[in-house]
Amino acid sequence: MAPKIVSFILNGREIDVMIKPLMTLQKLVRDQLDYTATKTGCKQGGCGSCTVLVNGQPMMSCLLPVEDVAGQKVTTLEGLTPANGLHPIQEAFFEKFAIQCGYCSPGMILMTKALLDRNPNPSRQEIIEALTGNLCRCTGYEPIIEAIEAAAKKLNGKEGVSP
Amino acid sequence: MIISDLKVVGQSVQRRDGLGHVTGKTIYIDDIKFPDMLHLKMVRSPAPHARIKSIDFSDAEKVPGFVRALTHQDVPKNIYTILCLIGVGPDEEPVLAADKVLYKGEQIAAIVAETEDAALEAASRVELDLEELPAVYDVEEALQPGAPILKEWGANYFVYEGHHCRRVRFGDVDQGFAEADFIIEGRYQTSPIEHAPTETTGCVAKPEPDGRLTVYTNTQALFFTLDNTALILNIPFNKLHFVGGTVGGGFGGKVDVIVEPIATLAAMKTGRPVKYTFSREEEMRVSSTRGAWRMYYKDGVMKDGRIVARQVTSYADAGAYNRHTPYAVTKHAANVGGPYSIPNVHIDAHCVYTNRQPGSAMRGFGVTPASFAVEVQMDKIAETIGMDPWELRFVNAYHNGDVKPHRKIVEDATLIETMQAAARLTGHSLPEKYLAMTSDPR
Repeated sequence: MAPKIVSFILNGREIDVMIKPLMTLQKLVRDQLDYTATKTGCKQGGCGSCTVLVNGQPMMSCLLPVEDVAGQKVTTLEGLTPANGLHPIQEAFFEKFAIQCGYCSPGMILMTKALLDRNPNPSRQEIIEALTGNLCRCTGYEPIIEAIEAAAKKLNGKEGVSP
Repeated sequence: MIISDLKVVGQSVQRRDGLGHVTGKTIYIDDIKFPDMLHLKMVRSPAPHARIKSIDFSDAEKVPGFVRALTHQDVPKNIYTILCLIGVGPDEEPVLAADKVLYKGEQIAAIVAETEDAALEAASRVELDLEELPAVYDVEEALQPGAPILKEWGANYFVYEGHHCRRVRFGDVDQGFAEADFIIEGRYQTSPIEHAPTETTGCVAKPEPDGRLTVYTNTQALFFTLDNTALILNIPFNKLHFVGGTVGGGFGGKVDVIVEPIATLAAMKTGRPVKYTFSREEEMRVSSTRGAWRMYYKDGVMKDGRIVARQVTSYADAGAYNRHTPYAVTKHAANVGGPYSIPNVHIDAHCVYTNRQPGSAMRGFGVTPASFAVEVQMDKIAETIGMDPWELRFVNAYHNGDVKPHRKIVEDATLIETMQAAARLTGHSLPEKYLAMTSDPR
C-alpha cells in the first residue's frame, strides 16, 4: 500500500507526516518523531503505558491508526510538560512517590490529566475506575491514587488543605 | 555514639530518577535507536521436546530487509549455565538449540533484519523439521524410571556434590518420630508465576570504532550478564561495555542472561547495532517464571506443642534448564525448617528438570514456597493437637544461639518480637508468659 500524508496537531504544533496505512500512532510518535515518553509495554492494548490524549480523551496509541487522528489534537507527555518545571500532576506524582520503575508513569499521568479535566474533584472510587486500563507492576496503586488526590488539590488551588 | 547530624535517616528523600520518570525523559531500552540499527527476532520451538532434524532459511532469506540468520554454529561457546560464575555446573543450556529442544518457545535461530517487521516476517518463514519426543511436565514423574531423559548426564535432576538432591541431616528423625505423640503430614504445591514487568526484556548491542561493544540492557544483573556474555562469545571481558541500571520492572525476571549474548553476537557478525527485545507474548510464554514447588512435610509433635522431628522432601520444577534454580534449592533447604528450633531434621530438596518454560529467580525464590508450606503446616499442627496457633509458634520459636539444621548458628532471630508486635497491632491478646519472652539465647 502506498504511503500517505496525514495532518494533525501534536502537542500544539501542526504537523504533516508521511505514513504507511494502518501505522499506529505509537509507532509514529516514537519511531518517526522521537517522542519516546509514550511507552511500549504490550503493543496490544493491554497495559495503558502508551496512553496519549486525543482531543483530551485518553487513548491507547498502540491500537490507534494514525489516519484516525487526522485533523485532531494529540497530546503526549512531552506536550504536558512545561518548558520549565513540572505540570502540577507531575509534581504530585514526584512528591508522593507514585513512581518506581517509571514505565507506567507517562500513561498514568496523561490518564490523570483526562480525569481531572472532566472531573476536577474525583472521589477515590472514581480515581480507581479511571485507572482500570493502566497497569502498574511495582509501586502498587496506593501512592498513585494519593498522587491524583494531591494533584486535584493543587489544580483546584487547595494544596495543603486536608479533606 | 549518637550521630546528631543525620540528614537522610528518618527523612523522605526525593528519588534521583524521579524527574525523568514523571516527564517521560528516562531512557529505556526500547527508546534507544541508531540510524543503522538492525532488529533481531527469534525462531522458537513450537514443541516442548523435539529433535531438530533440519532448519531451512531459504524462504526467510527472500524477505526484503533480511540480513542474516544465526544458529548454534555461530556461537563460540554455545552451551552455558548462568551460575558458572559461582561454580555451578556443568554447562547445560544452549544459547541457540543445536540438536534438541527441551521446552516450547526455546530459542533455535536468530533472524537479523533491517526492520522489526522484516525480522518478524523472516522468522515466521523459517521452516523447522522437528521430530517430537515424549515430554514430561511433572516433577515426580520426571524422576520415575522410564521418564524421558532431558540431560546429557542421563538424569532429570541437578547433581549436588555427587548426590541426587540437596540433603540436610540433623539429629535423628526416626528417633524423633518414635518419641512423638502425633505424626502430622502435609503436601504443598505452588504454581509458576510470571513477573510481567511493564517493560519487556531487551537490549541493544552496538559495535564501537575501537573494536569494543557497548551493550545497553535492562538486565537486573549488569556485570553478571557482561561476564556471561564474554564467556559465551569467547572474548575478553574488557571488549564489552555494559550500560544499564534503568529497569522498567524486574522482580527477578531480568536476572537471567538471555538476550544479550545473541544480540552482541549479531552486532559482531554484522558490524551494526542490533536491538533484541521480547514481545509481550515472549515475556509471558518464554521468559523465566518463578519456579513451581512441591513439598511433602512430615512432623513429629509432642502434646505440649514441641516439634521434635521434621522430614521434608521437596521438588523444585526448574523447567528445562538450570537458570537460578540449583541455587534456589540450596536456599530452600536452609529454610524449610522455618524460624523454629527442631532437634531432628531430614531434608531432601530436589532440583528437577521438566519440559516446561524454565523457572528462575523471583523475590525470595526457594524461600517463599518453604515459608508458605511451613506456616500452613504449623496451622495444621495447631489444629490437630488442639493448641492455639500463636502458642504453638512461641513454643517452637528459635532463639539466638540455636543451631539451624544446616549448622548455621542463629544470630538475628526476631520471630518472638515480630509476633508480639503483630499481636499488638491486631489487638490480639497474648498470655503474659509469651509477652515476657525474647529471642535472647536460651
